[in-house]
Amino acid sequence: MPRFHGQSNHTPMDVVNQLRKQYADYLASLFHEGVLDDQFTQLQKLQDESNPDFTVEVASLFFVDSDKLIDNMAAALERSPVDFKQVDADVHQLKGSSSSIGATRVKNLCITFRSFCEAQSYEGCLICLQQVKNECALLKDKLQNLFSMEQQIVGAGGSVPLMD
Amino acid sequence: MMESSKGFSSPRSTAFPAGLRVLVVDDDPTWLKILEKMLKKCSYEVTTCGLARDALKLLRERKGGYDIVISDVNMPDMDGFKLLELVGLEMDLPVIMMSVDGETSRVKKGVQHGACDYLLKPIRMKELRNIWQHVFRKRIHEVRDIESHEGLEGLQVTQSGFDQFDDGHFFSGEDMLTPAKKRKDLENKHDEKDFTDSSSSTKKARVVWSVDLHQKFVKAVNLIGYDSQIFYSGKDVTCLVCSAEVGPKKILDLMNIPWLTRENVASHLQKYRLYLSRLQKENDLKISYGGMKHSDLNPQDAARALSRQNSINFEQNDATNCNSRISGNNLLIQNLNSKSNEINPRGTTITEKSSPGISHSLSPLEQEMKFPAIDGITPGSYSWREVPEIQFHQENAGNQPEDCFRRVAVPMGGLQNHVQIDQLLPVTSISSKAQLPNLIETKPLNVDYAISSFTQASPVKTRIDSFPVPTKIHTGNQQAIQPPSTNKPSMESQAFNPSCVTNLESSQRNFSSTTPESAFTSPDEVLQVGWLQDYSTCLGLQNIEFPDFGDPSMVAEVPMHLYTALKFDFEQLSDQSELPVINQGLFIA
Repeated sequence: MPRFHGQSNHTPMDVVNQLRKQYADYLASLFHEGVLDDQFTQLQKLQDESNPDFTVEVASLFFVDSDKLIDNMAAALERSPVDFKQVDADVHQLKGSSSSIGATRVKNLCITFRSFCEAQSYEGCLICLQQVKNECALLKDKLQNLFSMEQQIVGAGGSVPLMD
Repeated sequence: MMESSKGFSSPRSTAFPAGLRVLVVDDDPTWLKILEKMLKKCSYEVTTCGLARDALKLLRERKGGYDIVISDVNMPDMDGFKLLELVGLEMDLPVIMMSVDGETSRVKKGVQHGACDYLLKPIRMKELRNIWQHVFRKRIHEVRDIESHEGLEGLQVTQSGFDQFDDGHFFSGEDMLTPAKKRKDLENKHDEKDFTDSSSSTKKARVVWSVDLHQKFVKAVNLIGYDSQIFYSGKDVTCLVCSAEVGPKKILDLMNIPWLTRENVASHLQKYRLYLSRLQKENDLKISYGGMKHSDLNPQDAARALSRQNSINFEQNDATNCNSRISGNNLLIQNLNSKSNEINPRGTTITEKSSPGISHSLSPLEQEMKFPAIDGITPGSYSWREVPEIQFHQENAGNQPEDCFRRVAVPMGGLQNHVQIDQLLPVTSISSKAQLPNLIETKPLNVDYAISSFTQASPVKTRIDSFPVPTKIHTGNQQAIQPPSTNKPSMESQAFNPSCVTNLESSQRNFSSTTPESAFTSPDEVLQVGWLQDYSTCLGLQNIEFPDFGDPSMVAEVPMHLYTALKFDFEQLSDQSELPVINQGLFIA
C-alpha cells in the first residue's frame, strides 16, 4: 500500500506521518475501549477505488437505521401495554446492524437489552434503551472524528493506516 | 446488478466461480451494502433485496437467473426460514442463511429447512468466497441424477413401456449399484461441462419428481408405516415420515423404480419431511390462531396443539412419538389396498385411463414436479385402481418456458398423455385454468405461498390454490370444484378469495360427511382416499412442532380465511375420516 500519493507538495511528509500516527492511535484506542472491533477493519478493507467512501457510507447507513430503531423502541416502550416482542425484534435488528460495522459495545448492550425484553422488564428495558442511545451517540462522535482525520490524511496525500 | 436471465454469460464458463450469480436478501441496509461489496470483491454477480417478497419475485421472474441465494433469517415481511423453504422447493437453489443469532436451535432449524449453510454475522469475506461450493455440489448431484435416468427415458414415456420396465426389472440394491457407478463416472466427466451449462434453469437437471413418482413415493411411505404397525393418523404422518422406520432404502424398494436411486429418494424424503413439518406448523399456527375465533381454542384443538407441541420435532431419526393411533389414514390404506390392485408405487396405477380430462399441470420448478397434482382431480373420474389419480390440467397456459417442462415429461410418462409437457404450467395449482397462469409460483405446500401471495396482492394468489385443491379432489363424490375454470375464477385474480375457501370448506365438509366406510365404497372415493391420505400426510403434520414459528409475526401473515380453511382441514384430518386429498403434489422434490 503506497505511503504517499506523492502529489501534494504542500504538506511535508512528516506532517502526513504525524496525522497517520494520530489516526492509528485514535483507532487503537477505540478498539481498546471496545467501541469498535475487527469488523470495522473489514469494512475499511472493502474500501477501494470503486468505493472510495465505503466506510463512511456504511457508517451513515448504520446511524440512520439505528436512530430509527431506537425511536421505535422508545415508542413501543411508551405504549401501554408494552409490546415487548416488538421491542425485542427491534433490538435484535439493532444487534444485527451494529455487528455490521463492528460496534461492539452497542451489540453487547443489545444482548442485555434482549434479555430484559424477554423478562418483560419495563425498567430494565428503559435503562438499556438509554444506554444504547448513549452508546450510539458516542460511537457516532468517535467515528466522525476518525473520518475527519482520515480526510486530512488523504487530503495530505497519505493513506489511512488500518488496524492490524 | 442484473443477472442474465437465461443465457449464461461468459465469465462464468471461463472462471468459475467468478460470475456466480448471487441473490442477497436482508432487511438490514447496512448489511446489504456490506454483503454486496464483499460479494463483488469475490467477483460474483450480486443482486440485493431488502424484502423477502421482492426476492421471491425476482427469483420467479428470472428462473435460472440466479445460482444461489443468501438470506437473513429475520426479516419483517417473511420469516427467513419460510423463504428458505420456498426457494428450495420452487427454484431448488442452494440457500445460505445468515443471522447475528448463532443459537444452536436456530442453526438447526436452518439446516432442517434446507439451508446449505448458516453463517453468523458478522460475516467475513472468506466465508463468502466459499459459497460457490454449494452451487457446485448441487450441480454435481443433478448431473448424476440426470445421467442415471436419461437412458431410460424412452422406456418411461409410454405407459406400457413403463409397465414393461417395471415388470421386467427386479429391483435390488445391487442392481442399483451399477447405475450408480456409471453415474459416478459420468459425473466426473461432466463436472466441467456442468458448470458451463448450468446457467439456465432449463439445463438444470434433476430427477423429476413427477406427480406420478411422488404418488409412488407417498404410497411407499405409507406402506412402510402400515407394515411397521406405525399407525398414523393424518396428524401423525409426519411422525411416521420422521421415524427411523421410514428410510430411503425401504421407500426405494417399495417404489420399484429402476432408475431411481436411494439418493434421489433420500433427498426427496428430506424435502417431504420439511414440507410436512411446515404444514404442521402452519396448522399449529392456525389452530392456535384460532381461525375464526382466536382466543377460543376448543379443548380439542388445544389438546391437539399441545400434543403437537410435545411431539417430535422433525428430526430424521426421531421416532419417539410416532405411536399414534390408527387413524383414518390407516383405514384408507387398508381400503386402498383391498380395492386398488395396487397401492404399490407402480406407475401403472396412476396411469389408468380413467379420468377424463386430466391434465397435469406441472410446476415449473425446475423440472421437478412438485406436486401440483391436485389440480386436476376431476370429481368422479377416479378409477378405483388408481391411488391418487391426479388430474392434471392442461391448461397450462404456457406461461412457463416449455423447456422447463420437458424434463418433467419423462417421469410423467405413465400419466395419461394428457400431460402435455410442453403445456405444462408451472405450478401446481389447481384446477382452474384461470388459475394456471400464475401457478407457477404456487406450490401446493403453501400456506406460505398463500401468505406471500396474499400479502402481495398479486395474481400469484393462486397459490392459495393449495387449499382449494383438496377440495376439488375429494370432491370426487361431491360436486365441488370442477377442474377447469368453473370453480375458481377468482383464484386467478389477485386476492385470496374467500369463496375459494368456502368451496374448499364446503367440499371438505361434504366429503367428510361420508363415513370412512362409505368413502371407500365408490371407486371415486377410493381414489380420493389415496389422495386424502397423502393430503393428510401433507397437512397433517400436527405432530410437528416448530416452536419458533409461533411468532406473532408469522401468524399475522396468514389471512384469516386461510386459517379457516386450514383449520377446517385440520378438523377433517383429526376426524380421520376423510382426509381431503390435496395435493399429492404438495410435496415437492
